[in-house]
Amino acid sequence: MQNAAKKERPVYLSLTDPAWPVTAIASIVHRVTGVILFVGLAYLLWLLNLALSSPAGFAQAQQTLAMPLPKLALIGVLGLLIYHLVAGIKHMVMDFHIGDTFEAASSAAYVVFGISIVLTALVGVWLW
Amino acid sequence: MVKNVTSLSRSGLSDFVLQRASAAIMALYTLCVLGFFLANPELTHAKLVGYFGSAPMLAFSTLLVLATAAHAWIGMWTVGTDYIQAHYFGAHATSFRLLYQAGCVAVIFLYVVWALQLFWSL
Repeated sequence: MQNAAKKERPVYLSLTDPAWPVTAIASIVHRVTGVILFVGLAYLLWLLNLALSSPAGFAQAQQTLAMPLPKLALIGVLGLLIYHLVAGIKHMVMDFHIGDTFEAASSAAYVVFGISIVLTALVGVWLW
Repeated sequence: MVKNVTSLSRSGLSDFVLQRASAAIMALYTLCVLGFFLANPELTHAKLVGYFGSAPMLAFSTLLVLATAAHAWIGMWTVGTDYIQAHYFGAHATSFRLLYQAGCVAVIFLYVVWALQLFWSL
């Protein structure tokens, strides 16, 4: 640890000063959605567990999801999942050096946001 | 070269591959389950149990649980090592990071036990 820290490196870690290109926003949103999904997974598992437990539990899960707030929470978690998945696919495409110039990556970031919003809206309409 | 007690990985390269392989498994699983829900708008408890309790889905769900555990660990590890460092947390950063990692391991362990118990009791 000390060895790594002793190396003389320029340190500039202000996150507010530099401009945020869309690629950086796409990247941090990928990370943030991942961390929230780590917690949101509990909600999905809880719902699945309830629905699978018994016919009564299934009915209870249906009643829960008929309420606006739990339904909105489910659509929210699914929206985060959709973004994380779509951005992940973009990431893996770029791993193969496809579209890894700044211009292509910027366009890809916009496309990822666009696709995620559309898919989340479709899921929202479907579940509502 | 591992120089820090909280690196906890033999190779960043294996993490890189594991992160992507697990992502592919989770993406495929998501599509399958999405297909099932789309094909069954009038879902019943029996249909749901029949689907998740089938032998192929039990195997796939088990694979999903393991893939998710690996994926979540690598992701949370990356976030922890990026932000919980001496620049922000001072001299005790390594202790904080170790504590954070222990918390992540505990949560992932609970998820794995919960999910496997859920699927295999069908």
